[in-house]
Amino acid sequence: MVDEVVKIGKKRKSAFKDMVKSILPEGGNLDACLTCGLCSSGCPATGIGDMDPRKFLRMAALGLDEELTTHPWAWHCTMCMRCIHACPMKINIPQLVFNARKAWPRDKRPKGILGSCDMALRNDTCSAMGATEEDFEFVVGDVLDEVRATQVGWEDLEAPVNKEGAEFFLNQNSREPVTEPDEMVPLWKILHKVGADWTYGTKGWAAENYCMFMADDEAWKHIVEVKKKAVEDLRCKVWLNTE
Amino acid sequence: MQDPCQLVRKTFGDPVADDLRFVVKAVVGEENYIDMTPNKSNNYCCGGGGGFLQSGFPDERRQYGKLKDDQIKATGATYCITPCHNCHAQVHDLSEHYGGHYNVVHLWTLICLSMGCLGPNERTYLGEDLAELLMPEVREEEE
Repeated sequence: MVDEVVKIGKKRKSAFKDMVKSILPEGGNLDACLTCGLCSSGCPATGIGDMDPRKFLRMAALGLDEELTTHPWAWHCTMCMRCIHACPMKINIPQLVFNARKAWPRDKRPKGILGSCDMALRNDTCSAMGATEEDFEFVVGDVLDEVRATQVGWEDLEAPVNKEGAEFFLNQNSREPVTEPDEMVPLWKILHKVGADWTYGTKGWAAENYCMFMADDEAWKHIVEVKKKAVEDLRCKVWLNTE
Repeated sequence: MQDPCQLVRKTFGDPVADDLRFVVKAVVGEENYIDMTPNKSNNYCCGGGGGFLQSGFPDERRQYGKLKDDQIKATGATYCITPCHNCHAQVHDLSEHYGGHYNVVHLWTLICLSMGCLGPNERTYLGEDLAELLMPEVREEEE
């Protein structure tokens, strides 16, 4: 049971909802909700902080902009898109959540995401853990040398860095080179076995992009552009990001 | 196997989920594979996406992941394969936090294990039952 009645003023209108609607692609609609609850019944974030996707959307429809854009649920939803996948009206609730994140003052957004985004902006590796071009190249070379020296049959294993004209430019999550470098080796072996022509780049190698999760459009764009330039500078044909 | 949201529902849909199953079954054997329910495009997010692992809400993140943990436990499987980085970190944490203690492995680990080329330092996430299986030949490093 709801113990408090929500009072809506006659003229109250959701500026937030209209803004989100205006950026949705053609056919996007936030008013077509049938309140059927399919979104909430299949959402793992339902119930966290007494919130769920249907409630979130209804709050937007009722113009409860302030409550909506300050509720931490925007950071508990992972924008996994299962709600829109299940929705008979294809209502883009994740887009609403993304814009709710964007409504938070930058310095009030979760510290871990903020710090990871800002760290990635510091150098062209785009590493959220701050690993530099030199760090990355050293770790890859060091791990490769050990495999070649100790694993029988893998003396010719390669982990190319900055190989111009390679078919694939491969990104790598920072966690591997920084905290568990041996986890990179199985991937190299698979690429070797299938004869893939691939390379890492010292610039733009980090796969993660916390600026996207932070809903910081400018920083997100910057990260993507740095990586894109790295792929193009090496004249690679395919950019592989395993995130 | 966890279906990564980004790869499956948000990008390539059920065809890539079928491709993943083809690879996994080829690697572990059809009789050793069991799907969780629901699956493919209808599978649930593990709770590691969207920056949740870094956002400083561990209680909420695990509350979110309870559904995933229940889904995995219901299969009775002793290994969960996570072909995504965030999924691996989150599901591994769920396995420990909720006491299921199923093993959580990257897909690349099982592919190399089945090809007989998974080196001794590349077995961090294998359980005791597979830890020594198909160990390739190694030699002492020359100083």
